[in-house]
Amino acid sequence: MLRGVRDFRRAGRGSNMTPRLRSWLLMLPGIGWLTVFMIVPCLIVFFYSFFERGVYGGIDYIFGFQNFERAGEPVYRTIFLLSARIALEATVIAVLLAYPAAYAISRAPKERQTRYLLLVMLPFWSNYLIRTYAWIVLLNRAGLINRGLAGMGVIDEPLPILYNEFAVVTGLVYNYLPFVILAIYASIQRMDPALREASEDLGASGWTTFRRVTLPMTLPGVAAGAVFVFVLSIGNFITPDLLGGGRLQMVGNLIYDQFLSARDWPFGAALSLILILIMTLLLFAQAMAVNRARGEGRRADA
Amino acid sequence: MSAAPVMALERVTRRFGRVTAVDGVSLELAEGEFFALLGPSGCGKTTLLRILAGFEAPDEGRVMLDGKDITGLRANRRPVNLMFQSYALFPHMTVWGNVAYGLEMEGLPRAEIARRTGEILELAELSDLAGRKPDQLSGGQRQRVALARALVKRPRVLLLDEPLAALDKKLREQMQLELKRLQHEVGLTFVVVTHDQEEALVMADRLALMDAGRVVQTGGPRDLYENPASRFVAGFIGVSNFFEGTTAAGGLATEAHGLLRSAGEGAPGRPAAIMVRPERIVLAAEKPADHNGALGEIADIAYHGNDLNLHVAVAGSERAVIARVGAADETASRWRPGQRVWCCWRPEHGRLLTE
Amino acid sequence: MPDASRWLRAHLWLVYAFLYLPILVLMGLSFNRGGMPTAWTGFSTAWYGKLIASPQIVSSAVNTLIVAAVSTAIATALGTLLALGVERRRQSNALDALLFAPMIIPDIVLAISLLSFYTLLGFSLGLHSIILSHVVFNIAFVCAIVRTRLKHFDYSVVEASIDLGASEFTTFRRVTLPMIWPGVLAGAMLAFTLSVDEFIIAFFTAGPGESSTTLPMRIYAMIRFGVTPEINAMATIVMLFSFTLVLASQRIGKGVVTGS
Repeated sequence: MLRGVRDFRRAGRGSNMTPRLRSWLLMLPGIGWLTVFMIVPCLIVFFYSFFERGVYGGIDYIFGFQNFERAGEPVYRTIFLLSARIALEATVIAVLLAYPAAYAISRAPKERQTRYLLLVMLPFWSNYLIRTYAWIVLLNRAGLINRGLAGMGVIDEPLPILYNEFAVVTGLVYNYLPFVILAIYASIQRMDPALREASEDLGASGWTTFRRVTLPMTLPGVAAGAVFVFVLSIGNFITPDLLGGGRLQMVGNLIYDQFLSARDWPFGAALSLILILIMTLLLFAQAMAVNRARGEGRRADA
Repeated sequence: MSAAPVMALERVTRRFGRVTAVDGVSLELAEGEFFALLGPSGCGKTTLLRILAGFEAPDEGRVMLDGKDITGLRANRRPVNLMFQSYALFPHMTVWGNVAYGLEMEGLPRAEIARRTGEILELAELSDLAGRKPDQLSGGQRQRVALARALVKRPRVLLLDEPLAALDKKLREQMQLELKRLQHEVGLTFVVVTHDQEEALVMADRLALMDAGRVVQTGGPRDLYENPASRFVAGFIGVSNFFEGTTAAGGLATEAHGLLRSAGEGAPGRPAAIMVRPERIVLAAEKPADHNGALGEIADIAYHGNDLNLHVAVAGSERAVIARVGAADETASRWRPGQRVWCCWRPEHGRLLTE
Repeated sequence: MPDASRWLRAHLWLVYAFLYLPILVLMGLSFNRGGMPTAWTGFSTAWYGKLIASPQIVSSAVNTLIVAAVSTAIATALGTLLALGVERRRQSNALDALLFAPMIIPDIVLAISLLSFYTLLGFSLGLHSIILSHVVFNIAFVCAIVRTRLKHFDYSVVEASIDLGASEFTTFRRVTLPMIWPGVLAGAMLAFTLSVDEFIIAFFTAGPGESSTTLPMRIYAMIRFGVTPEINAMATIVMLFSFTLVLASQRIGKGVVTGS
C-alpha cells in the first residue's frame, strides 16, 4: 500500500500524452515518407504537364496547355479510346468468368472454401512478367495451343493469336481474374443466407432467387472488382508491350515512350494526368453508386 | 464517515463535447466497504468508474486517495485496479502469465511474484488451469482469472465494471453472494458499477444512484429502498406504487381516495405523490379505520412461486396498484380477478414525495 | 439445384485450368532438354545449371533480394506504426484515400513521377533509389493489412495492461505487438513478394549498369531481346519462391491472403 503513496509523489501532474498527439506521432514517419516519395513526385508530374519539351530533351518552363491540346489530337484520342475499349473487354470477360467461379466457391463446404480461394489467389502473387511471358509461349505459332489444336485436327494453319488484341485481352484477363473472383466472393459472403431461403420459401425457383435476390445484392462487389480491373488495365504497360508485339499502343506504352524514346517528359506527364483523372472519376462514380445503393437499402428498411 | 475515506471525488465534472457525462459529483468511499454505482444506461456511472481508475481525467474537481490529490496521476501509477466488463484477458499469455503480469510491472523479485501468483490461483481454484490460454477457458473461469489478476496486486480499491452482466440469471445470483463473501475475506474496498438495482441491493454496503451525470441519492440499500429521496429513486429501486394528489394538512389530498394520511409534510398545495411498496399493501374487504385505502378491482394475479403479485385497478391511477402477498399467507388463495377490494396501508408505511 | 451445382463446379475447374496452365507449361518446359516448346526432347536440369552459372543472373537475383529485404523492413516498420496511429482515430476519408493511393495509382505513373522527382533533385540513381521507391507501395500495403487486423483488436486489453501498472512502451512491447505480430509478419512476407516481383518502378528508377539491375529487369530484357531457355528455369524458381512465401504468409497470418 505504501508503494502507491511513493509513486504519485514522483509522477506529478498530467504527464499523459493525449491520444491525438500519440496517434499523430505514430503516423508521422509513414505519412512523411508517402508525402516525400509519392505526393511530391506526383505534384512534380502535375506541374511538368503544363510545360514544354526543351530542344535538347530537357524542360522549357513555358506555361501552357499545349500538351493537353496535343493529347486531344485524333492520333492520341484513338489510343485512349483503344485502351478504354481493350480495358472494357477485359473487364467484361473477367467478370463473366469470375462470378460463376466465386459463386461455386461460396457453395463449397466451408472448410474447403479457404483452400479454393488460396488456389485462385496464388497465381496472382507470381511475377507479372513471367505470367505474361507464359502466354507468349502458349500463344505463338509454334506454341502449345496451336500445336494442340493442330494435333487434334481442328485447324490446318496455326492461328494468329499472339501479338494482337486477342492476346492482350487474354493477358489482362489472366492477370486480374483472381482479384475479381476474390472481390465477388467477399460480396457473396457478406449477404445474409436467410434472404435466399426467404425467397425460396416464398416460392421462387433457384434461378429467380439468384436473379432477383442474390445478383442485385452482390452487385457492389462486382462493381468494385470491375472498376479495379478496368483501372489497372487501362494504365497497363507490360501486357500490351509484350503481348501486343509493338503493334498495339495503349496509354501505358505511350507514356513509356515519352519518357524513354521521345524524351518528351511534359507530354508524358500530361498523359499520366489524364489517365489519373479518368481513374479518379471512375472510382468516384463507383463510390457514389455504392452509397446510393446503401442509402436505398436503408430507406427500404425504415 | 468515522474514519478517513480511502478515496474521494470532489465536485468532479467530465464533459464530452456538449454532453456532460459527470456533473459535479462528490463521493466518499470508506475503507473496506462494498460500494455500488447504480443507474440507468447513460447516467455517467461508467465514466465515473473510469475517472477513479485514471482512464479519464476530470475537467473540473479532484480525485483523492488516502487524503492525497491524485487527479493528475496516470492509471498505471494508481494503486487502483479495474476488472473490465469484457475481462480483457491477454489472449497470447497463459492464465499464470496474465495474473503475474501486474506483479511484474511492480518490479518485484521473481520468487515473490511466483509465490503470490501461486497463492491467488490457489484461492481462485485456478491452479489446474494455470498453463491454459484464455480461449481454452469457460466464461466463468475467465471471470475468475480477471478477478485474480486485479486482486493479486492488493490495490487500495478494486473497481468492477458490470462484473456479472455476461452471466445467466442463476449464475448471477450465485456470483452476487460469492463476490460479497470474497470482498469480506480480502477486506478490500470494492466499487461495482451496475444497472441492475436488485444486484446493487444484494451486494452493496452503500450505494449511489446516478441519473444524468448527478448522484441522486447515496446510502445503504435499506435507506434507498425505504426512504427514497425522490420519485426517480423510488421508481428505479424496487417496485413502487404511486398515489397522486396535492399536499394538504395531514397528508395528501387526492381526487379518488380523499385525504391520504402521511407522516411527511410539505408546504400545502404542491403536487406530490405517496409511494407505497407492494409488500406494505394489505388487501381487505373493508378498509380499517387507521389505514389509508384505495378501492379497486383485481385485474390480474401473477404467480411467482414464492409469492403473488396482485394487480388492482384503482380509480385515479393509470397503472394498477401492485400488492404482494406471500404464497404461504392463508389469505392468498381467496383472491380472484374481478373482485372488489380495498388496498390499504398504514400511514407510516407510505412516503410523501414532492419531486 | 443439382444441375446448377455441377455446371458451377465444372466452371470452377475450368477457371483453375486457365489459371494454372501457363504456369505448369513453363515449369514443364524448364525441364525440357531442348528448351523449346516445339518438342519434348527429354528430362534435364541443365537449364538450372546454366542459370546459376550466369554471373549476371546471380547478381541481379542478389540485387533483388537486397532491395526486397531493405524496402520490406522499412515499410513494415513505418506501415505498422501508421496503421496503429490511424486506427485510433475517427474514420477519415482523406486519410484513407492517401493510404490507398499508392496501390491504386498505375505503376507507370508512379514510376515516372519518382524518376522526375529524382532527376529534378539531381539524386543519383541506383539500388538505393529503387529501395526508396519500393517502400512507397509497401507501406500502403502493410498498413492496409495491419489495419484489417486491428479492426478486430479488443482495445480493453491495452487499458488492462496500463491499469496493471505498465507504461505505454511496455504495453506496446508485451501486449499490442505480440497480438498483432502474426498479421505484421504475414504482411511483411507479402510485401517482400511484391518487391521481388516488381518491374516497372524498378526499371525507371534504377541506375545504369549491372549493379542496379534487378531480376525482373533482367527477365524483361531476356523476353524482349531474345528468349533463351534459361528463362523457363528462372521463371519456375521465381514462381516457386513467391508461392512458398504466400503460403507461409497465409498460414502465419491466418487468412491474410484470402481476406478471411
